[in-house]
Amino acid sequence: MKPGTTRAACWAILRRDLTLAWRRRGDMALPVLYALIVATLFPFALGPDNALLARIAGGVVLVIVLLAMLLAFDALFRSDIEDGSLEQWLMAPQPLALLVGMKILAHWLTTALPLIIIGPVIASMLHLPTHPLHVLELALLLATPLLSLLGAVLVALTAGTRRSGMLLALMLLPLCVPVVIFAAGAVLAAQQGLPWIAPMAWLGAALALGIILAPLACAAALRITLDS
Amino acid sequence: MANWIPHWLHRLSSPPTFYRFAGKVRPWCFWLAVVTALVGLYGGLVMAPPDYQQGDVFRIIYIHVPSAWMSLFIYATMAVAAFIALVWRIKLAEVVIVQSAPLGAAFTFITLVTGSIWGEPTWGTWWTWGARLTSELVLLFLYLGVIGLYHAFEDRRQGARAAGFLAIIGAINLPIVHYSVQWWNTLHQGTTVRLFGPSTIDPRMLWPLLVMALATHLYWAASLLGRMRTDLVDLEGGKQWVRELPQVKGRASQ
Repeated sequence: MKPGTTRAACWAILRRDLTLAWRRRGDMALPVLYALIVATLFPFALGPDNALLARIAGGVVLVIVLLAMLLAFDALFRSDIEDGSLEQWLMAPQPLALLVGMKILAHWLTTALPLIIIGPVIASMLHLPTHPLHVLELALLLATPLLSLLGAVLVALTAGTRRSGMLLALMLLPLCVPVVIFAAGAVLAAQQGLPWIAPMAWLGAALALGIILAPLACAAALRITLDS
Repeated sequence: MANWIPHWLHRLSSPPTFYRFAGKVRPWCFWLAVVTALVGLYGGLVMAPPDYQQGDVFRIIYIHVPSAWMSLFIYATMAVAAFIALVWRIKLAEVVIVQSAPLGAAFTFITLVTGSIWGEPTWGTWWTWGARLTSELVLLFLYLGVIGLYHAFEDRRQGARAAGFLAIIGAINLPIVHYSVQWWNTLHQGTTVRLFGPSTIDPRMLWPLLVMALATHLYWAASLLGRMRTDLVDLEGGKQWVRELPQVKGRASQ
């Protein structure tokens, strides 16, 4: 690959982010730990009623994954703003949307992928039957990239501001209502033996739209917030 | 083509001109809003017949429905202003975004509260996770997010642009939320007032509703213009035209 081409730049960013994440492997485990702890709290709060836990398990896993990802979003652009590399990308000849897209991909690989792997484990802890597990896995595979893309746009909007996790939550939670509805709806439908393909198709359509639009929106947002 | 319209709009987008224009228009909007609201309330609370099922309880519709319309209307104007602010970088459009958000949030809040009060006697519950209610609640959170994002920035113009960008994202998302929530669950009654085709509401009940809608629009215009005037003076504090305003001059000489 010739250095300086768009492909080389994208690959370099992806490799850099993955290397950085691998050097700090401990941080990658934190969202997973958080998800496990929150899941453990549910039986304590609701009582160890297996039937009740099984009924809410799908939705609970999705909400837990959403919250765990929300906590990890704060780190998405922070170090790049602090060491100035984000400003270099703004001025780079390569399209910013693609570079930002690579960052989102790396972030998804390092934070969401462990959560997707742990998702069915949490669901089984809450006594979700085995037959909707593959639907849950598919729903997580479609919903988490969508959340990463949505979250990245909003993190970009708060990039230049005083740090405020609450603000990010306030902005993100209304926007991810449809994601939660469709993903949890698919799992619930599968659990009741109903067809679950329609909500899944909606998630897939939203993901296709998000992959195209969110990096562009993210780049535009970064240009607004770092414009000083 | 009539050339004076773009010229007039162009001149109006300059803060001093807009400040004077808004100062002239605002009292008209405000007093017309008061008059139409009195007419609408009299029509709605006294002249309209009671509902065959709900009796007098339904009369809260004259607050609830105009507020709900306003909550969506203000979001639409905010998103259009945000688009204008991001594309043409007009300072006045940024002020519109920032000052629309609290107004919209207030109308959304009124809609939720009155709906809740209406729900208690008719549905037997203050709140239910129905489609309309939930999407209205999401709308309130969107407004609060726009307000919060604006205040998170040190630079006010930058904050306004970021808030506007969030408003546009929310505008794309709002129909999606609306329909996804509708398929998910519903209890709220369907539409009875239609723009196209016959309404299924008695005309004696309808006209006060439309008058109240006019009143809330006029009130919105008056309130927005007033808020924008205050914000413009604050934003342009050091400039010549602000220092030459009679109120500012009078205070400086004291």
